[in-house]
Amino acid sequence: MSSETLISTDDLSVHYPLRGTLFGPKPVVRAIESISIDIKKGSFFGLVGESGSGKTTFGRALLRAAPITRGKATYSDGEVSYDLPSLEGDDLKEYRKRAQLIFQDPYAALSPRMTVRDIIAEPLEVMGLTKSREETDERVRTIAAKCRINLEHLRRFPHAFSGGQRQRISIARALVSEPKFIVADECVAALDVSIQADVLNLLKSIQMDMGLTFLFISHDLSVVAHTCDHVAVMYLGRLVETAPTRELFAAPRHPYTKALLSAIPSLDPDDQGNIQKLEGEIPSPTNPPPGCKFHTRCPHTIDICRKEEPKLSKLRLAHDVACHRWQELSD
Amino acid sequence: MTEPLISVKDLTLRFKTDEGLITAVENVSFDIAPGEILGLVGESGSGKSVTAKSLMLLNPDNAVYDPKSSITLNIDDKPIDVFSLIKPQDRMVIRGGAISMIFQEPMASFAPAITVGSQMVEQLLIHSDMNSAKAKEISIEMLARVGIPDPAQRFGQYAFEFSGGMRQRAMIAMALSTKPKLLIADEPTTALDVTIQAQVIDLMKDLVNEFHMAILFITHDLGVIAQTVDKVAVMYLGKLIETGAVREVLRNPRHPYTQGLMNALPKLDDLDTPLTAIKGDIPSPLDRPSGCVFNTRCPVSLGTECETRVPVYTDALGEHQVACFLAEQEEKGAQA
Repeated sequence: MSSETLISTDDLSVHYPLRGTLFGPKPVVRAIESISIDIKKGSFFGLVGESGSGKTTFGRALLRAAPITRGKATYSDGEVSYDLPSLEGDDLKEYRKRAQLIFQDPYAALSPRMTVRDIIAEPLEVMGLTKSREETDERVRTIAAKCRINLEHLRRFPHAFSGGQRQRISIARALVSEPKFIVADECVAALDVSIQADVLNLLKSIQMDMGLTFLFISHDLSVVAHTCDHVAVMYLGRLVETAPTRELFAAPRHPYTKALLSAIPSLDPDDQGNIQKLEGEIPSPTNPPPGCKFHTRCPHTIDICRKEEPKLSKLRLAHDVACHRWQELSD
Repeated sequence: MTEPLISVKDLTLRFKTDEGLITAVENVSFDIAPGEILGLVGESGSGKSVTAKSLMLLNPDNAVYDPKSSITLNIDDKPIDVFSLIKPQDRMVIRGGAISMIFQEPMASFAPAITVGSQMVEQLLIHSDMNSAKAKEISIEMLARVGIPDPAQRFGQYAFEFSGGMRQRAMIAMALSTKPKLLIADEPTTALDVTIQAQVIDLMKDLVNEFHMAILFITHDLGVIAQTVDKVAVMYLGKLIETGAVREVLRNPRHPYTQGLMNALPKLDDLDTPLTAIKGDIPSPLDRPSGCVFNTRCPVSLGTECETRVPVYTDALGEHQVACFLAEQEEKGAQA
């Protein structure tokens, strides 16, 4: 695996203006605030957090589907390099071929009035990647076979398929333009466990095969633990901890990461775990608390947490944590 | 042995559709004792919700119950045959009286234009003879009991003003305010984040102890099952395929489907073993396999026997029941 960086963000923020009053400054929702991460080429990068933490917005910002308010984001795959916030015109079109999205709900993502073949072929036609119908068909068949879709099913409509089969069709559609970077937004959340394992294994094998880089957004930590090599944890639009998967799961440093991990119900009925239950719920992003965003629910809050927002500090190579007290708490 | 609170026998339910009769539930039998939590697990389309709705006769009009199905509710030592309740007044006992239900999506279960408080009061007035002042008092008390801060103010608010976790708590408060004997919880934590899920599970366990109710807990999440229930029943394509004490079933699953589910589940303490999917997809209910319903996906199918004969629970297996020919053979082998 090469260790080149494919996507790099620095201080990336997405703010949405709200309808304000006539006077005074307009309120904004800070959906994501100052996110700086590097996604290595060929990696499976996991992004976790509760709903409302800004995971999806971050993924969309990287695809230029959410407006970037501030900060830098670069894409560089060896052939081309783009500065994402200023991308436009032909470069943006070219970037769209290289970066694709897999959606959460395979029932909503596929047009019921198009055949599977047309659904998969659409990106090729829209982007003008093929010259003839034969070539399009050829590419559709190749990618369908890779995604283990029965070629006889290409003439059918999506309603005839189960959730797992539909998700394989969405994956084929995302991959047909031969992208380099895929944002998979909760792509197994709507699937049953028996099917989920199949789709995860498929994504893994395709990644190896085509040398893809994944941003894998999920709220399910056990899925992330099994799939990703590197994980970033978000809370209320901020990055609170990022580390290689094994390190994060073996020795989480941020109180939020610890709480998330211990909240996963264990399969052993007698294992109540040393559960650190979180009180309350995630605050509204329109009115975030001052200081550390997590201090309203954190069991270790002290004065400084209420006043000052902690910066990401380097624990060791590739493991960062944003907490005032991580050092004393890890003893 | 104490009398079960509710006893379901040979429940078979088909839906009349344009494509013909679809079997949604077939020969399902289970008992729930007072104070017991029974977990019903299965994938989407396995018939969990339809089974639960049968207990309250809430299935749509095109549902046809097989005549040999029976559901008996034992309250105050009087058995009630649920299928004999025809008139709406009679049905009140299973709809909010002795049985209450909480649903997966709490936003969809509250009327958006009526305050949460008046919805809670309304059902108390219907199910008891208290006056509205008393009903309000009890409702506010219940909201406080499920951990909603500032309950008196929340009482006058609408569902959209609540956050997701709070809505689910309000739903639980509402379902419990009539002091039901049986609570049906249909995927109560699926729409919630893990941190909130942990809070809701704790709350439900506390309430069971406090009110001594029985719960039918429906979920597809085996982790939630492990942490919540006493007994578990695994459902596949409308049939129960394995039933037993939760420790038994999760530690020593006997049915190949239950084993498959366990292997497909990502586990945090074992990141090295690759996930194994159950091969194939769930067959369409229009096209139910003959013999054992799982035979089309079973990795250890015995061939003709599984394809033609229907495995059933047998007494030979004791408390941990499995509907599988292979498990039956193994059991006989072990006894011989």
